Amino acid sequence: MGNNIKIYLENVSKVFGPDALNALALIDKGMTKTELLEKKGHVLGLHGINLEIETGKTTVIMGLSGSGKSTLIRHLNRLIEPTSGRILVDGEDILNLNALELRQFRRKKISMVFQKFALLPHKTVLENVIYGLLIDKVPPHAAKERGMAQVELVGLSGFENNFPGQLSGGMQQRVGLARALATDAEILLMDEAFSALDPLIRHDMQMQLREIQARLHKTIVFITHDLDEALLLGDKIAILKDGILRQVDTGMNILKNPADDYVGRFVRDVNRARILTCGPLAQPGTPTGDTRLNAEQTLESAFPIMAAAQGPIGVLANDGALLGVVTARQIMEALIQQDRAKSTLVGSDI
Amino acid sequence: MTSQFPQFFDTRAFGRVLDSAFNDVVAAYGLTLELIFLPVLKALLAMEQLLLWLPWWAVLIGFSAFAWLASRSAKIMATVALLIFLIGVIGVWEQAMATVALMLVSTLMAVFLGLPIGVLMSRSNRVQGIALPVLDIMQTMPIFVYLIPFVMLFGPGKIPALLATIVFAIPPVIRLTNLGIRQVDVEIVEASRAFGASPMQVLTTVQAPLALPAILAGINQTTMMALSMVVIASMIGAGGLGYQVLQGIQRLEISRGLFAGLGIVFLAIIFDRIAQAYGKRMQKTLKLGA
Repeated sequence: MGNNIKIYLENVSKVFGPDALNALALIDKGMTKTELLEKKGHVLGLHGINLEIETGKTTVIMGLSGSGKSTLIRHLNRLIEPTSGRILVDGEDILNLNALELRQFRRKKISMVFQKFALLPHKTVLENVIYGLLIDKVPPHAAKERGMAQVELVGLSGFENNFPGQLSGGMQQRVGLARALATDAEILLMDEAFSALDPLIRHDMQMQLREIQARLHKTIVFITHDLDEALLLGDKIAILKDGILRQVDTGMNILKNPADDYVGRFVRDVNRARILTCGPLAQPGTPTGDTRLNAEQTLESAFPIMAAAQGPIGVLANDGALLGVVTARQIMEALIQQDRAKSTLVGSDI
Repeated sequence: MTSQFPQFFDTRAFGRVLDSAFNDVVAAYGLTLELIFLPVLKALLAMEQLLLWLPWWAVLIGFSAFAWLASRSAKIMATVALLIFLIGVIGVWEQAMATVALMLVSTLMAVFLGLPIGVLMSRSNRVQGIALPVLDIMQTMPIFVYLIPFVMLFGPGKIPALLATIVFAIPPVIRLTNLGIRQVDVEIVEASRAFGASPMQVLTTVQAPLALPAILAGINQTTMMALSMVVIASMIGAGGLGYQVLQGIQRLEISRGLFAGLGIVFLAIIFDRIAQAYGKRMQKTLKLGA
C-alpha cells in the first residue's frame, strides 16, 4: 500500500438481514447470491471487495442496478456498515471510529453528492451550500463567505437566494456539488450524481466536474451505470457485478483487455472513437498545414479536421510541444484493430 | 330463554380487585397528585382570568392579529374577528373565555408532551409497534371512561377536566408527528447524516421542518378534539360553554343549549381556520422545492 492510496478497502463484505454474519459464512462456503435470498432471506450486497482508491484521482465504480455500487459507496462514509472487512482512510480504519469521531470524519474529510440532489427544499441555494459548514458549527458569517465562493465556482452566482424548486435539475445538482465542495473535504463521493439529468446537461456537468477536478485534485469516488461517463471521468474504473469486483483498471486497459466475458460484453458497444485520444497514436513526422490536434482530443472530434486536411496533422501535448503527427489512415487503422481485437475476444468468450 | 355466554372466571371479583386497588391509590396518592398539579391549575386559572380581565375588544384584536400572522389573509382575519364579535353578541362571552382557556392550556400541554413521543416513535419501529395500538385504544375508548379515574383522583373540578382532555386529545399530534417524520425523503436525511449531522441536528434541520405540515395537521386535530372534550368535561366541573349546554338539558331550555352550542361552533371555526391557513402557508414554502 503506497502513500498515494487514500482509501483502501480490505475484504469488505456486506449482507443485509438479521443474521448477516452466518449468512456471510454460507456465502464464503460457496452459496450463491440467489440461493441465499431464497433459502435464508438474506441479501448479499458486497462480497470480498478489495479496492485501492488513489489520492487526487477519480475512481469510477461502475455497475448495473443491483450490482451493489450504491451500497459500496455508502461504506466509505459508513452510511452503511460492512458485515466484515476493513476500510482504511489515510491508513486509519474508519470502522473503529466512535459516533463522535465518525461525525467529525464526515464533517471534515468526506462529503457526498446524491443522485436525486437531496437538497433542503425550504432553504435557499446559499443556505443549502453552507449546510455542511453550519452542521460543523462554522459561524454563519464565515460560512456564507465560503458558500458564496462555491456558488461562484459552480456558476450559480445570482441564484444564491433562490429556492431549489425554482431551479432546473442541472442547476440543482450544481448546488449539490457546491454543498459537497464547501466543507473542503478531501474525499468527494458522487452517487450517480448525473444520472437524473438529461443528456445535454449531463455532458455539461461532466465537463464542469473535470474542470473543477483539474483545479482541486480531490479524491473522487464516482458511481455510475453509464460506461461512457465512466470512461470520460475515471482515472480508474472498477466494474462491479452482483456485489463482486470484476475488474479494476484504467478505461483504456479495460477496453483493450476485458478481464472476463461480462466486462467484455459491457464494453462491446462503446464508441471507441469517442474514447481513444490522439496522443497515443502520434508518430514522428512533419505536419503539413497549420491545423493542430490536441493530445487529449478524442478521435471522433478529430474526424472533421482530418477530413479537411491534406497530409499528416501535428499533435500537440498540453504544454504546446509537438508530440508527432497522425494521418487519417492511422486513425482508421487504429479503430479497425480495436474492432478486430474486440470481435475475436467476444467471439472466443461466448 | 336466553342463551348465556359461559363464565370462565368471576369478572365481578376481578372488577372488585381493580376498583379497590384504584381506591387505595386514590387514598395514598390523591393529595400528592393534587399538589403536583397545583401549578397547572394556577396557570389555567391565570389564563382564564387574563382573558376575562382584558376588555372584549382587546381579545378581539388579539385573536385577529394572531389570525393575520398565521394566514396573511385579510379574509380569514375578518372571519375570525366577526366570529369573536358574534360570541359576545349571543351572550356567552364569559363562558367562551373559560372554554378557550381550558382548551389552550390542554392543547399546549398535549403538544408539549405529544411531540417528543411522536419523535421517539418515528425513531424506533418497536416503539411504534407498541404505541400505535395504545393510541388506537385511546381514540376509540368512549370519552366518558376517561373521566372516571381522573374524578376519583382529583374530585370534580378543572384539573381532572384538563387531564382527561389531554389524554383524549393527544393521539393526533403523536400520530402525525411520527408519520410526518417517517415520510421525510430518505435521501435528504441521508445527506444530512453524510455531512456529519448528529441525530439532534438531523431532527432540527431536516426532519422537523419537512414534517411540519403533517405536524401542524396533527396539532389542528388535537385542538379540535380538545374543544370537543372540553364540552364533555364540563360534566365534571370544568365550567365554560359545556356547562351551559348541560344546564340547558337539565332545565330543558333550548335557547341556553343553542347559544352555548353556537359559541362552541364559532370557537371551532376560529381555531380550525387559523391552523389550516398556517399549515397551507407552510406547505407552499416547502412546495417550492418539491
